[in-house]
Amino acid sequence: MKKVLSRIYLAFIFILLYAPIAVLIIFSFNNSRTRAKWGGWTFHWYISMFQDGAIMSALYNTLIIALLSALISTLLGLLASFSLIAMKHKKRTVIMSLLDIPMLNAEIVTGISLMLIFIAVGQFLSKWGYTIEFGFGTVLIGHITFNLPYTVLLILPKLRQLNVSTYEAALDLGASRFLAFRKVILPDIMSGVLAGFMLAFTMSLDDFVITHFTKGPGFDTLSTKIYTEVRKGIKPEMYALSTLLFVSILVLLLIFGRGRGKKTTAVSQV
Amino acid sequence: MNKTLRKLLLGGPYMVWIAAFIIIPLFTVVYYGLTDKTGAFTVSNITAMGTPERLKALILSLILSLIATAICLIMSYPLALILTKMKTGATGFIVTIFIIPMWMNSLLRILAWQTLLERNGVINQILGALHLPKQYMINTPYAIALGMIYDFLPFMLLPIYNSLERIDPNVVNAAYDLGANRFQTFWKVIFPLSLPGVISGITMVFVPALTTFVISDFLGGSKVLLIGNVIEQQFTQVGNWNVGSGLSLVLMVFILISMAVMQHYDKDIGERTTIL
Repeated sequence: MKKVLSRIYLAFIFILLYAPIAVLIIFSFNNSRTRAKWGGWTFHWYISMFQDGAIMSALYNTLIIALLSALISTLLGLLASFSLIAMKHKKRTVIMSLLDIPMLNAEIVTGISLMLIFIAVGQFLSKWGYTIEFGFGTVLIGHITFNLPYTVLLILPKLRQLNVSTYEAALDLGASRFLAFRKVILPDIMSGVLAGFMLAFTMSLDDFVITHFTKGPGFDTLSTKIYTEVRKGIKPEMYALSTLLFVSILVLLLIFGRGRGKKTTAVSQV
Repeated sequence: MNKTLRKLLLGGPYMVWIAAFIIIPLFTVVYYGLTDKTGAFTVSNITAMGTPERLKALILSLILSLIATAICLIMSYPLALILTKMKTGATGFIVTIFIIPMWMNSLLRILAWQTLLERNGVINQILGALHLPKQYMINTPYAIALGMIYDFLPFMLLPIYNSLERIDPNVVNAAYDLGANRFQTFWKVIFPLSLPGVISGITMVFVPALTTFVISDFLGGSKVLLIGNVIEQQFTQVGNWNVGSGLSLVLMVFILISMAVMQHYDKDIGERTTIL
């Protein structure tokens, strides 16, 4: 009886979580321009989305920002973790809590604060004839900023588990600092680095609020494009593209998820 | 010399980043919030929260985010318990199932609820076919609360699940051996040990729910305004950054309160890993 109840409950939550996704996927095959009526099945939007210049440039921006911000924030997070681990406990706690601000603060406040600093610096620079253009660069900075605490969060615990003696042993045995780092330290913390990169990438991919406040006119990611399209009606191509992205991530996970044990712990930390 | 240089290269970049893009921007908000257009000191941007329309939005945001947080907690806790009791091989897979939806664009997922909840939407068509009374939820605060619960449920579930899973089964068995019944074991052993997860979950749901403007935009029509909408409009439509910053400062007071509560319970930094 208890088992049946918990099954029913699981099913209920499952429906709640997946109903909207099912709706979106079905819409991507709807042979009608509006979501108000069903016009039969079609594959049309999966082809026409590649011919829509605005959607393709939004897709390009989204992917390139996600990739770059994940790379840079992972690198910064790696440096930060190494420097944090060497610090005294008190200092580390202070810096960690500063670093945590973008994670714990409201996205809207982070977005606004970045927008204001870009405006303020822009006004300051304008005295010398320079300007700050809102667009790719400002959005990238915003994404790196909100990704940074998460990469540190995933890399630092791995560094803590590290046994320093193995690194010292490698040095004693004649390895250069770089070689010792690459052969001894990196393999041990790699799962954390990868998890940090993946988390940063997916968060950047899905971000709306920070992008909304740091982007300028004429620069769009998929999320900001969807937001501006909502009032006049979402293009069906958008559903097709999002479905395609969703399925690709799923497939990628299935392929790389082979080494179950490790991967799933990384995912469940996420 | 070499050592200090190395330290600087290691610690420099991210310290500069924290200062330039986390701390100074926050002070910029404070500066704009406490000055007028000419740069003179004023508190009028803070007191601007006092207009009936904005107060109404703030109070509604507080009510809805508290309700959403409470329902997320009530829904997630039993769910996390069920998940931890499953066979270990299956849990990784099951937990992944709750993360997968997050890979569909979050704006589209909320938008999908519009389609589900609409007057002639999917849910009403199903209800109609079953000869049940229709629901008219769209563009009401209820729809917004539903959107919040849907969107933030995983943020509550995952930390609770993580903290439950970490509980040593021996501790639970010891409680039974010492004669505690199921109810006592839960209240005296399991629940207190899962409290860090519950606390992280609460802040992880409350703050985004309190400050959202997307969910209210999509599911509330333009009829229901939350404080997030009021602030967002100040920046993107009205273009009054001073008032917008002043209102954000008021909002930050509530965020700080919830952070302080979390800090109080969450002393071990390592515990932070459970946040997401």
